[in-house]
Amino acid sequence: MEKTLAELKKGEKGTITTICTEQLPLKLIEMGCLPGSEVTLLQTAPFSCPLYLNINDSYLAIRRTMAEKINIKISTTYTN
Amino acid sequence: MLKNINVSLIGNPNTGKTSVFNLLTGLNQQVGNYPGITVERKAGICKLPRGVKGHILDLPGTYSLNATSLDENVVCDILLDKNDPDFPDVVVVVSDVINLKRNLLIFTQIKDLCLPTILAINMSDQMQQEGIEINIPDLEKELKTKIVLLSSRKNEGIEALKEAILSYQNLDLAPCLDTTTIDKPYFENLQQAFPDQLLYKLWLIITQDANFSNIQKNTIKDKGEFFTKNKNELKKLQQKETIKRYQFITRALKETTTVNKAEAKGLRARLDRVLMHPILGYLIFFGLLLFIFQAIYDWSGIPMDFIDESFVNLSEYVSQKLPNGVLTDLITEGIIPGLSGVFIFVPQIMFLFFFISILEETGYMSRVVFLMDRILRKFGLSGKSVVPLISGTACSIPAVMASRNIENWKQRLITILVVPFTTCAARLPVYAVLIALVIPENKLFGLFSYQSLTLMGLYLLGFLSALLGAWILNGYLKVESKSFFVVEMPAYKLPLLKNIALNLWEKTKSFVIEAGKIILAISIILWVLASYGPGDAFENAETIVKTENTTLNKEELAREISSYQLEHSYIGYMGKGIEPLVAPLGYDWKIGVALISSFAAREIFVGSLATIYSVGEEEETIKNKMKAEINPITGGKRFDLATGISLLLFYAFAMQCLSTVAIVKKETNSWKWPILQLVIMTAIAYGSALIAYQVLV
Repeated sequence: MEKTLAELKKGEKGTITTICTEQLPLKLIEMGCLPGSEVTLLQTAPFSCPLYLNINDSYLAIRRTMAEKINIKISTTYTN
Repeated sequence: MLKNINVSLIGNPNTGKTSVFNLLTGLNQQVGNYPGITVERKAGICKLPRGVKGHILDLPGTYSLNATSLDENVVCDILLDKNDPDFPDVVVVVSDVINLKRNLLIFTQIKDLCLPTILAINMSDQMQQEGIEINIPDLEKELKTKIVLLSSRKNEGIEALKEAILSYQNLDLAPCLDTTTIDKPYFENLQQAFPDQLLYKLWLIITQDANFSNIQKNTIKDKGEFFTKNKNELKKLQQKETIKRYQFITRALKETTTVNKAEAKGLRARLDRVLMHPILGYLIFFGLLLFIFQAIYDWSGIPMDFIDESFVNLSEYVSQKLPNGVLTDLITEGIIPGLSGVFIFVPQIMFLFFFISILEETGYMSRVVFLMDRILRKFGLSGKSVVPLISGTACSIPAVMASRNIENWKQRLITILVVPFTTCAARLPVYAVLIALVIPENKLFGLFSYQSLTLMGLYLLGFLSALLGAWILNGYLKVESKSFFVVEMPAYKLPLLKNIALNLWEKTKSFVIEAGKIILAISIILWVLASYGPGDAFENAETIVKTENTTLNKEELAREISSYQLEHSYIGYMGKGIEPLVAPLGYDWKIGVALISSFAAREIFVGSLATIYSVGEEEETIKNKMKAEINPITGGKRFDLATGISLLLFYAFAMQCLSTVAIVKKETNSWKWPILQLVIMTAIAYGSALIAYQVLV
């Protein structure tokens, strides 16, 4: 199922498929946010921004606007 | 005998790079700025084996050589410019064991510049805990480098690192990635045009926005065609390059490292669940804040009193030992009190930085940034503005310094500009005296005293005007600045005492020297203006006062004389000169003088009034004296409600602190911002005081 990273629910895991390279800073890619990387949403701040993610074993916080430009494929869903 | 070795420490933020630097150099450090910019330059000397000296440079933390900030430009600049005095003989890439993959990105970039490079894997003490195993000889082969395992926490591996630095000439200079594979036609073309240049170096020069190594960039620009690719195409190639590097790293690590996730302990997850909780997280944060401010006020009181008294004693001692004369007066009444005005803030600054460095070293600060980002963004600030805004309630100076963490220049600038609105500790004595004078002691509902409510209101006013100011500035400021928010959440760590101690020492030293120079100069000027006057009235003060007041005892007479002298000193005339200006605010010339003198530092206000009303320094007596002052025009009290509120508002908004002006100048590297800040804040102070007085009177 294709989604953007911003639609990920807390605890859900996905794999990055494509990223909107023109609108994202190079820095994000340098920090390990690449197509093929595994990503987990660990937590969100109130009003669901920023997002706290584990991408490719990097622990990062990014804002929602940025997450909307990253497409993912949901791989597993925790049911709890 | 070998020559000295230039060593650059490079690495991602949060890898413990600075700890490694501290271990290598100890107290042999020099912290300054790179010429012309406000990026901190940390250099130090390390004794290597066999009598060789290593010049260690701790470069700003960066994730790659693709610079997006001033700090990162510095790294690129030094690595690309062979003529830079800091150009390294050997680069030590500091990486932490947990984020090895991401840390290796910059390592491969530096390797491709064909510089002798050592990989120092720090925090090796955590390998077992995290279930990580690395086959070092194999990884060395894959990365074509020398690897040193380090634990700055346990002080292990430093000697091995020193040995590796010493024998840097044996390092393999082969690159990790063949640059041409990024885009074959483009890079082959580029190489043909510059056959004697290193391809990757050319690529870096082309892709960086910054104008560094200027000659090289210009020589490439002359050949124009390599700039035919537009920004977006270049960025795409950079992304391609990054992905290729990650592929290389993943392959190298796959063969040589194993991570057993089951063995990893979930400390991060457990702490994050509590500290970043949408409700609990904020409660803990505000609780911590309360504790920290309480501690700063409580703990710094005693050393501050001690410093204050010591300087008074010193002043007395010097005046007894030195012969009477102008020079002695200048030392005891100008220079020593001026110095005490610098040193008295040292305890506050030290406690504040102590807490801030603990919050930072443990990794908690990044969590607060996460929690506050959404709220502060509405005001044009960043989540990272939290630290300066909070520090500002102790003192604006460390607060402005703490804004360095904000990488977005516009948000950082706004933070610096609004920080002085927060109620700093120096306003407290002024508030205390004025509130006691003009606010009744009654209690609201028999519970909350009006006086403490006023004080709380003033604190709130400080915060709110900072936020409002930020909001307005956000709309008006047109500052070019890339805005993105990617914050790494580092692993939780126990703070290293050595790092904190060195940090405290460095911050305190820089405050004393930088702010000290200015405070000292101003206090000397003020002393001269207050100690000399034009004409006979000043010179003959003693005889004039004596003939006018025959009934006073010796002590009262002395006070009257100094008061008379002040009135006829240069500063007294200046006070009378500005009287028309301050009269609409409800002030007379004496308050005017106190205002002038407190433009150097707010807390001088009370002291100046004390001298003007010719009483001792005890607040009780000055309060009574101020209470007794009569306004000759109205016949009522000098300090009535209208004048009192007007003064309170003036002090709440005015930027009467030269040290802050100095530090803002230093941090923004321009006079424009501190002057703008001074003018606007004074205007707001004047306007609000004027309105308050005219409405209330």
